[in-house]
Amino acid sequence: MGPNSKALWWGWIIFLAGLLVLVGLFSLGVGAVHIPLRKVVQALATGRGTPEYAILFEVRLPRILLGLAVGGGLAIAGVVLQGMFRNPLVEPYTLGISGGAALGVALNMVASGSAALGLFSLPASGFLGAFGVMIVVYLLSAGGGQIKLSRLLLIGVMVSFITSSLIMLIMAMTKVQDLHGIIFWIMGSLQEPNASLIWAILFISLGGLILSLFFAIDLNALSLGEEEAFHLGVEVERLKKVLFLLASFITGCCVSVTGIIGFVGLVVPHMMRLLVGGDHRILMVTSYLSGAIFLILCDTLARVILAPTELPVGVITGLVGGGLFIYALSRRGTTL
Amino acid sequence: MGGSMLEIKGLSCGYGKRIVLREVSFAIKKGEFVGVIGPNGSGKTTLLRAISGFLLPRGRTPFRGTISLEGEETRHMGRRSLAQRVAVVTQASDIMPPFSVEEFVLLGRVPHWGGFQLLETAKDRAIAEGAMEMAGIGYLKERRMGELSGGERQLVFVARALAQKPHLLLLDEPTAHLDIGHQVQIMDLLRELNREGALTILVVLHDLTLAGLYCDRLILVHEGRLRAIGPPQGVLTQGMIEEVYHTAVTVMETPTGGRPIILPVSGEG
Repeated sequence: MGPNSKALWWGWIIFLAGLLVLVGLFSLGVGAVHIPLRKVVQALATGRGTPEYAILFEVRLPRILLGLAVGGGLAIAGVVLQGMFRNPLVEPYTLGISGGAALGVALNMVASGSAALGLFSLPASGFLGAFGVMIVVYLLSAGGGQIKLSRLLLIGVMVSFITSSLIMLIMAMTKVQDLHGIIFWIMGSLQEPNASLIWAILFISLGGLILSLFFAIDLNALSLGEEEAFHLGVEVERLKKVLFLLASFITGCCVSVTGIIGFVGLVVPHMMRLLVGGDHRILMVTSYLSGAIFLILCDTLARVILAPTELPVGVITGLVGGGLFIYALSRRGTTL
Repeated sequence: MGGSMLEIKGLSCGYGKRIVLREVSFAIKKGEFVGVIGPNGSGKTTLLRAISGFLLPRGRTPFRGTISLEGEETRHMGRRSLAQRVAVVTQASDIMPPFSVEEFVLLGRVPHWGGFQLLETAKDRAIAEGAMEMAGIGYLKERRMGELSGGERQLVFVARALAQKPHLLLLDEPTAHLDIGHQVQIMDLLRELNREGALTILVVLHDLTLAGLYCDRLILVHEGRLRAIGPPQGVLTQGMIEEVYHTAVTVMETPTGGRPIILPVSGEG
């Protein structure tokens, strides 16, 4: 970790931040209506009123910002959870948070709550579902003032199974038009008409990144094992609780707005670990940036492949993410 | 030799409902080199964990008695301030941290960091450098932890403990699974740190002869109780070893220092 590697860290950060800006600009330009970069600048200069302006800043930019927030948020939650469990197969959805959100949304759709509660009703019910599950999992696994990680993992996986069974039960008993809504919500989408919700998620995910960074060095210590981390002065029990709540909160917020967008939280931390190594300080920053890049790119693909028909972004992240990851692993011959 | 480094009074502790150590009391002065010996499962590791704070009263874990470090009760000390004074080299685990040797040793500086510190300072790097030099592993610093041999790994763990700048160093079987050359290298390093660095050392050892050769005093733990404490010649007697280990031995003396050498007596011999 000499001065050389610090320079390398900055190199990665600047490279990925630059890439993020480029991908954002690219995503602004392409879509059902193609708008070249020159026109983007023009629209910026002339301001409101032109149709280009409306497409760029009222349709595409909000999606890009949401992609940044959710891609980064899920990636950081993945880094935190994989670090805490020292298990590369854990991802933000492993602990049942997404299942809870989906259950909340499904219940809402079946009960036609949206009509009664208005625009915020779907995210609100997703949020309630996610946090209901988070509290149940936490209380069940934090017996005796200590969290046993293996227990937390098992309980999370079991709660996931229970929620997905309940969702299937609801789907089996529901009307066809509701079924379509539930399925599409579960597949995930970055289309969100409410701007203030987008800003809220952006704020939460950036805040999550900053908060996580405070625990980066503790996570480094924890990667040696709980007893070793303890001997290095880390309050291990408190750390595990804080990290579980933090990762779950970020995940719950993201999922309740966009639905279940898979693979970002699992694959992005892995790719970054291959590139920058296991130090959580750089891993967190680069994962956040790449998560944002990855999701914005996938969403752009989802918009343009069959334009004007839009594909579910969760399908694209799964296909692209899984494919890329298998390629990276086989090419480098690396083990996890 | 200065004042008291460690004072344990009436310590009984264990895991869950199982009590491992019973009524253990002893004291260590500053600058001492003390060995802990005893059969497998006698409570040696538990004793180290109690001192390092890993078994401090938490939840339902049984814990009675007091442990004082430099006159201050450890249960009233914060995790961080305890880690600034006590460093621990645990038994080799199979967890392979994804770090280079230098990154790994730098983790020893973490207890000294401020609450919101994200990067190590030049001072941290200098101390880590010094610790690696002392342990004689400066040449390994760019290597990955996963590439090291058992002996190199153990030296790196000692270097990380030294980077903590502890007053008391606890080691749990630092020579296990090492060849005789590396065993002596580790023990010589500990002796040097003890004599020249004035570091107080409490080390769990299985090799009785090695323990007798290097330690000022030995603590013999048997079935969770402190069976004997004193200079090696007083603890490593034939009667005591045969009683505790249920094995016939011959005890000889080193030609120069009069330290005990323990030879097992084979059943066929």
